[in-house]
Formats: sequence, C-alpha cells, structure tokens
Amino acid sequence: MPSISRDEVAHLARLARLAVTDDELDLFAGQLDVILQSVATVGDIATADIPPTSHAVPLTNVFREDVVRPSLGQQQALAGAPAAEDGRFRVPRILGEEA
Amino acid sequence: MTADLTRATAAELAARIANREVSAVEVAQAHLDRIGEVDGAVNAFLHVDTEGALNAARKVDEDIAAGAHVGPLAGVPIALKDVLTTEGVPTTVGSKILEGWIPPYDATVTRRLKEAGLVILGKTNMDEFAMGSSTENSAYGPTRNPWDTDRIPGGSGGGSAAALAAFEAPLSIGTDTGGSIRQPGAVTGTVGVKPTYGGVSRYGLVAFSSSLDQAGPCARTVLDAALLHEVIAGYDPMDSTSIDAPVPPVVAAAREGANGDLSGVRVGVVTQFSGEGYQPGVLRSFEAAVAQLKQLGAEVVEVSCPSFDYALPAYYLIAPSEASSNLARFDAMRYGIRVGDDGTRSAEEVMSLTREAGFGPEVKRRIMIGTYALSSGYYDAYYGSAQKVRTLISRDFDAAFATVDVLVSPTTPTTAFPIGERTNDPMAMYKADLCTIPANLAGNAAMSVPSGLSDEDGLPVGLQIMAPALQDHRMYRVAAAYEVARDAALGAPVISGVPQLAGVAR
Amino acid sequence: MTSVHELMDYAEVIERFDPVLGLEVHVELHTNTKMFCGCANVFGGEPNTQVCPVCLGMPGALPALNGKAVESAIRIGLALNCEIAEWCRFARKNYFYPDMPKNFQTSQYDEPIAFNGYLDVTLDDGSLFRVEIERAHMEEDTGKSLHVGGATGRIHGAEHSLLDYNRAGVPLIEIVTKPITGTGERAPEVARAYVTALRDLLKALDVSDVRMDQGSLRCDANVSLMAKDATEFGTRTETKNVNSLRSVERAVRFEMTRQAALLASGGEITQETRHFDESTGSTSSGRTKETAEDYRYFPEPDLVPIAPSREWVEELRGTLPELPWERRKRVQQEWSLTDAELRDLVNAGAVDLVTATVDAGATHAEARSWWVAYLTKEANARGVELAELGITPAQIARVIALVNSGELTNKLAREVVTGVLDGEGEPEAVIEARGLKVVSDDSALEKAVDEALAAQPDVAAKIRDGKVAAAGAIVGAVMKATKGQADAKRVRELIIARCS
Ligand SMILES: [Mg+2]
Ligand SMILES: [Zn+2]
Repeated sequence: MPSISRDEVAHLARLARLAVTDDELDLFAGQLDVILQSVATVGDIATADIPPTSHAVPLTNVFREDVVRPSLGQQQALAGAPAAEDGRFRVPRILGEEA
Repeated sequence: MTADLTRATAAELAARIANREVSAVEVAQAHLDRIGEVDGAVNAFLHVDTEGALNAARKVDEDIAAGAHVGPLAGVPIALKDVLTTEGVPTTVGSKILEGWIPPYDATVTRRLKEAGLVILGKTNMDEFAMGSSTENSAYGPTRNPWDTDRIPGGSGGGSAAALAAFEAPLSIGTDTGGSIRQPGAVTGTVGVKPTYGGVSRYGLVAFSSSLDQAGPCARTVLDAALLHEVIAGYDPMDSTSIDAPVPPVVAAAREGANGDLSGVRVGVVTQFSGEGYQPGVLRSFEAAVAQLKQLGAEVVEVSCPSFDYALPAYYLIAPSEASSNLARFDAMRYGIRVGDDGTRSAEEVMSLTREAGFGPEVKRRIMIGTYALSSGYYDAYYGSAQKVRTLISRDFDAAFATVDVLVSPTTPTTAFPIGERTNDPMAMYKADLCTIPANLAGNAAMSVPSGLSDEDGLPVGLQIMAPALQDHRMYRVAAAYEVARDAALGAPVISGVPQLAGVAR
Repeated sequence: MTSVHELMDYAEVIERFDPVLGLEVHVELHTNTKMFCGCANVFGGEPNTQVCPVCLGMPGALPALNGKAVESAIRIGLALNCEIAEWCRFARKNYFYPDMPKNFQTSQYDEPIAFNGYLDVTLDDGSLFRVEIERAHMEEDTGKSLHVGGATGRIHGAEHSLLDYNRAGVPLIEIVTKPITGTGERAPEVARAYVTALRDLLKALDVSDVRMDQGSLRCDANVSLMAKDATEFGTRTETKNVNSLRSVERAVRFEMTRQAALLASGGEITQETRHFDESTGSTSSGRTKETAEDYRYFPEPDLVPIAPSREWVEELRGTLPELPWERRKRVQQEWSLTDAELRDLVNAGAVDLVTATVDAGATHAEARSWWVAYLTKEANARGVELAELGITPAQIARVIALVNSGELTNKLAREVVTGVLDGEGEPEAVIEARGLKVVSDDSALEKAVDEALAAQPDVAAKIRDGKVAAAGAIVGAVMKATKGQADAKRVRELIIARCS
C-alpha cells in the first residue's frame, strides 16, 4: 500500500519531535517504504470478524489502594534535571496555548 | 583457582559460598578480575560497579558468618542488562539520550536480586532501547561474540549473553520483547528464558514495547536459569500486568528433567520454522536435537501454526507503535541530555534537537514507523490489523497446546553473523527474530537452550522450547533432560568450546 | 493584549441564530493519592515534593490504577444517570507538551466508564432544563508551568518556564455534554446553571473540592451558532480558562455575539481554541495549529481493562447520597414552600445552609430569611460565594435563638452577624466586644421615655389625645438615646402607658 514520500517522513519526524537532516529524510523514506510494504501483509489475514488483542494476558480490574506512599524528595526529583530553578524543572520557553 | 571460580555454575558457587569453602568477596573479585581481563575485547559491560559488588558480597559473607538464612543464590555474581533501573548506578539503555542518568529507584527485578543476596557486577551492553538483534545499535559500541569476536553476540541483550560466554558472570538478566534473551542465548551457546508475560515484574524495566517486554534469566545451565527465575519472578503490585499467581515450579522441573526421562511428554515441531532462509547447519542441529528428545522418551509430532508467518510483520507494527509512545518521555525536560538550549530556542525545538542527537538511526526508524502506524487513517490497516494477527497467533498456540505439551523450533534461523553484515538492511536484521516473536505476541513462555554447534561454521545453535502461559516449568523439564543428553553425546558442555579470547591468558 | 471584536446586539443574535453549546468539565477528584501512583493528592505543596518515578514519567516506571478513583467515577456516572460500561479501557493520548511528563496523557478514548446520561438543571425562573451527558471518563491531570520573563508572566514573550509536577497525575473526571440545543436566548444562563448544578452534585457526592478558583473544577465551553434556516451545526469554538460560574455565562454570551457579528458580515468561524479573559469578559484566539492534532490513541498496554461487575455498580448506587434535586423536592414538601420560595432558596444556593441552620434549631422561615434575604446581599457586597461568607449555620441558629429570647433585636442581630463576617469571632464574642445587649431594664427605659416626652411636648399631647400613631417619633428618640439597644415594642408599650 504505502509509497512513503520524503514529505511524509518529514511530517512523521515533526510529530515525533525528531529534527532529522536532509540526508536522513532520503535514507528513511526508502527504508520506511520497504518496511511498511512488508508489514502491510498483516492485512491479508486480519479479517473483520477477528477481535484485536491488546494485552497478552487477559487480566481485568487491577486496582491499587488509595494509600499514600512516600514521594521522592524535591532534590531527588530534580537530581537528573538538565536545568532547575526554585525547586522546579527549568525548561526553554514553551510555545503555544496557555495552560 | 580464579579460573575455577569463573567457570563454575551458579548452583556450585552458591553451595561453596554457603559452605564457606569460598567467600562471596573472593567470587566477586574473581569475576571483576575476569571482566578487567577480557571485557576490552568483548565490551559486554557498559558500567562495572566494583564497589557496589564487593559491598554486596561482603554483606553476604557477614550474613553467612552470622548464621543467617540466605537464599539459594546468595553471593553469586550477576550481570544486569542496562535496561533495568539501579538506584545510584547509571542506567543508559544503550542510548546517548540517557547518558549520565542515575536512577533514583531500583527496578523490582533489581530489588529482588539484592534481597536474594546476588552480587550485581554491573550493567550490560544492549541495542539502544532493546531495538535490535545484534547489539550493534548500542550507542556505546558493539558487543563482540566470545566465540568469534568479529561476530555479533545477538541482541538486544548481547551484553548479557556475551558476559556468560566470556565467563565474566555466571548469571545475567536479559529482557525479551521479540527474542532479545533467546536469540543472544542461541548465538552464544547459553541458556536464555523468556518467562510468561506477567511472570516477572516490568516495574523499572525501561519500556520498549510494554505489551511484549519481559525480563528473564540468562545462564550457562538450565538449572542455573531456573534458580534465577525463581528469584526474580512473582507478583508485583507496581506492575498492573503482573500475574497474581504462584511462580511456576521451575527449579523442581529442572531437577526432574535432569534425570533424563521425557516419557509421556508430547513435543510439537512447528512446521512453519524451517526451509528457505534457514542455515542448513542450524536445521541439522535442530533435527539432531529432536531425535535426542525422542530418545529421551518424548513423543514428537509435527504441528502447523499457519498464522506464525504473520508474526514478524505484526511485531514490527506493534512494537514500534508502543515504542513511539514509550520513548516520547525522552524530551530533555526532566532527565537525560539536553541539546541546543541556547536561550533562544523553544522547548519544542530543544526537544527535537535532543531527540535527533540522542537517538540512533534504528530507534528513529522505529519511532517513525510507530507514529505512522498509529496515525488516524492508518490505524486500522496497521496497528489494528496487527492486534488481530495477535489474536490468531494466540489461537494457533491454544490449538497446538491442546495436543502437545511443548513446541520446539530453532531459536534463530542462522548462527552469529559478522558484525556489520546486516546494519544497512533492516529487514534482514529483523528476520533474526522470526521464530522467537510468536511467543512474545501471545505472551506464553519460551526459552533457548544450546543444541551444539553448526557443522558448517562451528558456531552455537539454539533449540527453542515454548510452553503455555504459566507452564514455564514444562520447558525447563524438557530443556534440562535435553541438556544432560546433549552433553553426554558431545562429551562436554557446549559452552566449554568457547575459544580462548585473543590476547587473554586463560 | 486583546484584539478588538465586532459584537452583535444580543437581541439580534437571538433573532437570527440558534446557539448550540457543548460543555466539557474537568473535575479533580479529592482522593488521598494520585491516579496512578501513591503520591499525595493535595493542593498547594512546595513544588516537586509530591512526585515519584511514576508521575514524573521516569524511565521504567509503570502506572497502578487508584481503585478509589474508579469508584468515584462510577458514582459520578450513576448520579448523572449514565450507563456504566461493562468493560472499558484506558488509552494513551499522544502529544508533546512539557507539562505532561510522559508526553502522553493516560485517558479514556472510545471506551469511557460512564456514558449516555443527563442532568436536570434549574434555571433562574425555577424551570428545569435537561442537559444530556455524552460521557464521563477518567484521566490524569498535567503539571503546572510558571512562565518567567516577558511582561505579564504569560506564556507569550516568556524567556523560559519552570515546571512543577505536583499536580501531574491527579485524578480527573472529564464530563462531556451532548450538543445542547433549544436554549435560545437562555444559552448563557443554561451554561452557568449546568456548571452550578454539576458543582452541587459533585459536592454532594463528596468526590471533589469543586473549587473553581483552585482549578479543581474547570470548564471548557464549546459554542456555535446556527442560522435560523440552517439544518447543520455551525463551526464551533472552544473557550478554555473559564474559571468561575459567572465567567461561564459571560464567555458563552461573548462568543455568541462575536460569532454572530462575524457570520453576519460574511465571515467564517475558525474552529479553534479561545481563551477567556476575566478582566475584559472577552475571548481571544489561541495558537491555531496548521493541521488538526493527531493524538494517535491506542489502548494503554500498561493498564488492564476495567470490567465493573453489576453487583459492584449496584453497591455503589447504594452509596449515593440524597442528590441536590431530590433534597430540593423533599425540602419543598416538608416546609410547604411555594415554587417561588423554593426558587429563591435554590437561586441563592442556600439549600444546604438553610437545612443545616434548621438542623441547628431554627425554623425554616427564620433560617431562610437570614440566608436568602440578608446574607445573600452581604455575599454579593463582599464578592464571595454564600458558603464562603465566613459564618456557619450553627452561628446563625444561635443568633436567631437570641432574637427569639429577646436578648437581641433584629437590628442588633444584624450587627452581631456583621461582626462575625468581619472576623471578630463567635457571635457571643461580638456581643461582648461591641456591647450589644438589649436594654431590658424598664426603669432605665422609663427614664428615657420621660425625657423624650418632655423634649417633645406637642407630640406627647397628641398621644394623650389618642393619636397613638404619633408615638413613633418618641420611639425613635428613645432608640436613639439608647443607641438602638432597646426593644422597640417594649418602648412603645411604655410610651402608651405613660400617656394614658
Ligand atoms: Mg481530556
Ligand atoms: Zn507519583
């Protein structure tokens, strides 16, 4: 089915937050095309009457008690942060909607 | 003395430590020394925790000296795949993006190992985010196969398997999403087990594909694998997909199997896993193994599982889809590396630059495949259809296990291939997991046990044994019986054929 | 910075268009712990102190579902007359945003736990309006960002942002209405009445703090207009950030007048997110995305499906408290209230307060008189909700008892209440501090009466001539002389006695 274009790869990369290079666009377009053609064969046997399986083991209703467990301390929480300030994770300016 | 310690089985070491014939510290030091000698050539370890290992060993020695009750593997060294978190010890998942990250918590598997007195030597190399079948996708250089250092040790858990074959550790932990324990086991001549999905907690296992990932034991003998299996398995409320049921009696089954009698056991040979694409030497080794099972008294029949032909494509949709979501958290905001934060770029730009620099090509490729397969408009044709194939594969297993106790096949179609051979051909690489993937999709138990060497290249071959969910003990019994017969036929364990590593004195 | 909008006169909007509303309400549950981890769920902690590997989205961490949150979701569903799913799942909603630690939100997608319900809401004139409920589903909240640099601390122009994940993973229930049609000019009122009714319901269920000011109840309002002759819904906008009941009404009204003006001038409505500005009462466009967001939903593999047994659902149905509308019906019957009286009581949001005051010993007429007539005005004047006024039903009941025993006059009682509202403590303390005791000593009053009569001899003469109505002037003088602390009825009696 697919013949995946360079533009589509660029779109996927943007959705996935990957700043791919021009060379990668060419490489990935070719490789994704081959892979997607190959995996599309799942459609050959996946008929409408077959229910999908999302979980290998059929469990239901696994709940946790509403009991507080110790949290990490602020220092521990921030220990691996690339940048922190005033007990918070410091991140570059956020574009977009106000929360 | 030192060589003696690094070549012993885990069961022997545990007994000698418990009897105070040898101290846990001596055992740990022997393995640390061995790592120091050979790991330059093998690159099985990403991080060696010398101090942590010696402290843990010392603690075991003290407990034993004090007469405390210790577990059956207390004091035995173990190598941990770098995909499991270790509090205070770096965890990278073989990726640049997590370089320098020190987790603030232990995975449940890590905690159980520590509680059982195992001595964690360090963290083993792997394909980045467990995506690969050769360990060439590690950001920290490939691991080499101790049987031939120009060849791959399998993947993604190549480090865990190579550490065993190089006698750097008697035990290791792997994780298996599509074969990442079994395929490295097969190509390094070691034992690797993927327990039933939900049998071992995934809490602290850095997720690749949540519905497929499963941690399991790696060892040089079936009994050692079983002993480790019982340490790490069992219900964990921190993992909602963990099964709240008793651990299958795998140690008892391994001991029973070692008696060498498989009469009454029905073994099914999966007909789909042979023919084109299979190395003749691998098929001959497999046929010899099946003949041996018959000699042990097993009843062998052929079983057809037609939808297994669609397992590989289904897997290469489901795993990348889940991965595209699981790996979204690596965004340079809370942990890991950050690239391009020059005060002018936005968070979105920094995320994209970091992920571009931090992920290798295979990871990016799979993220994009998964992003594509989950997109509206493509979901039904790709992800949705793959989930249906999953249903069909489970039905094939159910039908098969209605007539046989275990299924067998080669673990992987070929022996270890040369490093670099398949790096530019993703589809060829993916085929290494052809036989192992169905058990991940259905969630049942499966393992690989060495079936000797391929007659054309002298490299190890693996026999895959598959059992129904929560019947893990069935395959241990078969594997243990086969192991005894095989060693008797070969005159020595397969692993004893590992050549001396170049430039290293034995 | 807000752009200038052309607005259409509201009457004309109604003449030319039919509004269609869709309301999405997010409710934070007040469980002890978060949705998927054991971190404490409390508002206002030091930043990043209520976080763990799970809610920080650390590598390897896995969610574990809070059973209490599921229970609350089912109870909310039942109270909203919904069907409860026999089987449902969580899904991952994938999109990147720094306040979301995993860069996906664990939410429910096409399999909500509750669906197909309704809520009857009471409008200002006492009539009922049925709002159909599409679904109520479970999800998790995000962290909070603080924008640093730039003029106003807003996201635009900020130099960098600081993230606090204490709120990340707090359990949310999202309640979505079906399209609300047929409201006509009352669309803004229906929107406010719906959120009010929902708030009261959630409060009665004791599942949430329902504090719009703290964000534990948040409303997004979807508004579109249909021309009178149209057969299909118009393009809608979604206004976020509507954080008070009054704002809900204002935001809907503003969007109606803005959209109508745009449509009338031949323009088109852009499907977009808009932000409500409390200070100007207007909405403004958020960032429009060049392509519709593709959330790539798929079933959450780390959580297993939820299949509530019918026994469990019925057990939870048994735990539902008397719901607000049931209580209203009961109160009307028990107190024999007219429809108008009930409406006043409900509109004042005083049903609970009056009931509690009655429980503390007052009659319902006295209690209603205080809460509906007097305290509602005080609340308006002070710009707070009636319930947040700072006086309890028990305190009001005590003041009423003091009036009944003659220890306070009505006027004094109001002064006592003012003291309590001003934070001067218990009613008894206010009485003590302000010296607000009725002068009930007849000899003191007689002295004051004599003085007043002496000061106004012509009035005294009129009273003696039988013109009793003239006594008012003397009462006034006596009350003034006693600083209002006399019982006016007694004073009148004493005047008449003195002049006969
Ligand atoms: Mg939502
Ligand atoms: Zn938490």
